[in-house]
Amino acid sequence: MTIDVIKPGLATSIQDTGRQGHYHLGIPPSGGMDQRSLRAANLLLGNPEGAAVLECALMGPELRFSESCCVAACGAEMTPRVNGEAQPLNEVFRVPAGATLSFDFVKAGARLYLAIEGGIDVPEKLGSRSTYALGSLGGLDGRPLQAGDQLTLLPSATASREGRRLPESLIPVFSRHYLLRVVPGIYDHRLTDESRERFYEEDWTVASEADRIGYRMKGGSPLSFIEREPPFGAGDDPSNIVDACYPIGSIQVPSGSEPIILHRDAVSGGGYAMIGTVISADMDWVGQIQPHQKVRFVPVSLEEALAARAEYREVMEALRQMP
Amino acid sequence: MSQQDIQAPFPGVFYRRPSPDKPPFVEEGQQVEAGTIIGLIEVMKQFFELRADAAGIITAFQVEDETVVEAGQGITVLEVV
Repeated sequence: MTIDVIKPGLATSIQDTGRQGHYHLGIPPSGGMDQRSLRAANLLLGNPEGAAVLECALMGPELRFSESCCVAACGAEMTPRVNGEAQPLNEVFRVPAGATLSFDFVKAGARLYLAIEGGIDVPEKLGSRSTYALGSLGGLDGRPLQAGDQLTLLPSATASREGRRLPESLIPVFSRHYLLRVVPGIYDHRLTDESRERFYEEDWTVASEADRIGYRMKGGSPLSFIEREPPFGAGDDPSNIVDACYPIGSIQVPSGSEPIILHRDAVSGGGYAMIGTVISADMDWVGQIQPHQKVRFVPVSLEEALAARAEYREVMEALRQMP
Repeated sequence: MSQQDIQAPFPGVFYRRPSPDKPPFVEEGQQVEAGTIIGLIEVMKQFFELRADAAGIITAFQVEDETVVEAGQGITVLEVV
């Protein structure tokens, strides 16, 4: 069983639940940016929850299947087509031997997750099959898919789940204007009170540079920092700090002009002040925002963030228990 | 003669020129071959070449140079000869 990549799409890469435990050495977690959709697609098929899938950003690939095989597509709304015939999202369907699977243009969301029976078979690197393109690690030769690539699958352990559908209540509804919850800190004391308040009151537009490394925002007022004597080791720019670790989800604002939310392929540290961190429960949404859509940041307490994480875990548990 | 919509395959910024100091890839009313580059769409630091699917004449552009386009938005119409 092989899958031929006829057209790779825009930025299609092999992802799973990521590689944890190496960020302190500069290796980010990688993995699907919308973990909920990635896991949902695997669970629908009866794959291991963390099986390797294709993450298809903004434009889907065109794939030819050598043998008949079940797949599930979750996340961004791009209608899948088998030999041109429309197939459902969020439901297991079969691709017959020799058929071509393609996708319509994206109607909502940014990333579709295509899980294939058994999961994609590439070697694990540091415990994960996820592609970290910036570090040429994991996936297929450490890079996104290219035309002419051939994918192979691991053996499937379960019976066919053809026709199995995600319950309506577990299908995310994508927006064009997101509210992202943020725990302020740890360097927001560097902002003036006025600037800090304004940051949370304005709409920000996602820039076209938004990718797996980070989501850059434009359109809000430049931030103003409190004047200071730069500490030893920090640059002269007021947005600089002495180098520190960057959490995934942290928001840095180089030169105070364009905030960047770091995502799963982020660099692990550097010298920009982080004025807040998007809560873990909202990071899947970040991965589904299209360039040029809008975002408003909402400050929350650590307690609220932890409560949101508990709710998120309940959704994941409901996915695991689905009929 | 039939008409084909040339649409943006994904959201991004549409460019009619290969670089700011170069002339446009095609002018309105120009005859093109299948595969001729009509423009570029840029997103996530990548440039995608938008091409004509068939030979024909490019009618008026529906979007300006360097504007934000949505997935599926019409860029121009190709009158297939």
